[in-house]
Amino acid sequence: MSPLLEASDLCLRFGNVTALDHVDCVLWPGEILAIVGESGSGKTTLLNVLSGRMAPESGQVIYRDPAGKTHDVHAMGAPRLRALHRSDWGFVQQNPRDALRMRVSAGGNIGERLMAQGERRYGTIREKAADWLREVEIDVGRMDHLPLHFSGGMLQRLQIARVLVTHPRLVFMDEPTGGLDVSVQARLLDLIRGLVARLNVAVVLVTHDIAVARLLAHRILVMQGGQAVEGGLTDQVLDDPQHPYTQLLVSSVLAA
Amino acid sequence: MNGYNFAYLDEQTKRMVRRAILKAVAIPGHQVPFAGREMPLPYGWGTGGIQVTASVLGASDVLKVIDQGADDTTNAVSIRRFFARTAGVRTTTHTAEATLIQTRHRIPEQALREDQIIVYQVPAPEPLANLEPRRAETRQMHALAEYGAMHVKLYEDITRFGHVSISYDYPVMVNHRYLMSPSPIPAFDNPKMHMMPALQLFGAGREKRIYAVPPYTHVRSLDFADHPFRPTCAPAMCALCGAGNSYLDEVVTDDLGGRRFVCSDTDHCATRQAETA
Repeated sequence: MSPLLEASDLCLRFGNVTALDHVDCVLWPGEILAIVGESGSGKTTLLNVLSGRMAPESGQVIYRDPAGKTHDVHAMGAPRLRALHRSDWGFVQQNPRDALRMRVSAGGNIGERLMAQGERRYGTIREKAADWLREVEIDVGRMDHLPLHFSGGMLQRLQIARVLVTHPRLVFMDEPTGGLDVSVQARLLDLIRGLVARLNVAVVLVTHDIAVARLLAHRILVMQGGQAVEGGLTDQVLDDPQHPYTQLLVSSVLAA
Repeated sequence: MNGYNFAYLDEQTKRMVRRAILKAVAIPGHQVPFAGREMPLPYGWGTGGIQVTASVLGASDVLKVIDQGADDTTNAVSIRRFFARTAGVRTTTHTAEATLIQTRHRIPEQALREDQIIVYQVPAPEPLANLEPRRAETRQMHALAEYGAMHVKLYEDITRFGHVSISYDYPVMVNHRYLMSPSPIPAFDNPKMHMMPALQLFGAGREKRIYAVPPYTHVRSLDFADHPFRPTCAPAMCALCGAGNSYLDEVVTDDLGGRRFVCSDTDHCATRQAETA
């Protein structure tokens, strides 16, 4: 088996601030990789660079397509990158209001990626939208309602349905449970874990919440000041942290 | 007319507009920016169409101007008189006699020929504007032919109303490539654009865009496979000429609910009345 996404030696500075300092990372098919660290450690920048939304100063990101061919994400050009984001990839944002069309019904939101891929049968789009609403535990009766009237947890689940409807191979998630209350968070995490396992999607997950990382991720990457200070299997890193910063991070989690 | 160049615009301006038109014809449905001039009428009254007309008008042309299908409304009369005075060209109200037709909101009922040009006045050239307010982004969407969002609009309409509720300015795909706003003509007129023998030019004055559909070009109204495009028209016949297949205007005749339907294309209606009389 060969890696799905491979980043090597990524560097990026914003003025005096070093956001990425020679970061390497590898993602395998079907794997969930969590990127953890405090605010300003470069987590989200790394996610943006991996997904091609932001260009690094040096280093490259290689994506392997289903045929096994490799592509340099930052050299492929906007048309192909956008096509990739519409088909093989997905992006789940922290604030679902940024990703969803708030004045388009839930069904229309889920159907958008299908229509962008050329689906031109109304009936098929409706069926798939209904299937996915069930999948993310939203009442199918809400299909024609506007997301404006949905709760925060429902919005996030709707966003996930909208991304997963085309069965992407790789999904980027930026703090998907941020801003939700704890019980809703737990349910959402459960849902993501189930879906990701069943669809065999690889996920790059950015979070500052160690508990989320422990629950979802197979592997973990700890960032501090733009450097990847520690990486490895989730349980290994969290149970036996080697780097002083990781030790601090793990010990600062409140035990319920 | 003394003190004015032929057809009002100076020759340099006309050349600039013609270059934009040539480019537009070469890329059917693509919006070409042009340096629109101040015209002696307000934006929204046909400043784009009038500049295109002025640029393609020749001394031997016969001009017809219609507004909502009618030859005798303010906008049509004014523009017709404008070119009669500044270019001295012959004008007509008969579709068959005209070589150049400037129109607002309609395509004449009578089929156009290869030796005719039709110029549309366009208020809003960007079909994606309501879905994506950023101009840079819509240009990118056109460049990459990313038109999924437009279908989301159709999906919403069918979900809410059971059918696509766009009754005018119904978006079309031109030559299987560019999404285009056909200007606010009724959806009823959309099929006339498909494989039309005449050259179709579109001028948007406020937005300063020109686009075109060359003769015999494929023009398809957007739809779903299981909800095909259906042009709508009042279920009635013209009260004046009895036509059952032309686009009808509803005219309120009294305050007791009385109404009747008449052809919106006045030339078409008058011709039919003359034939039967």
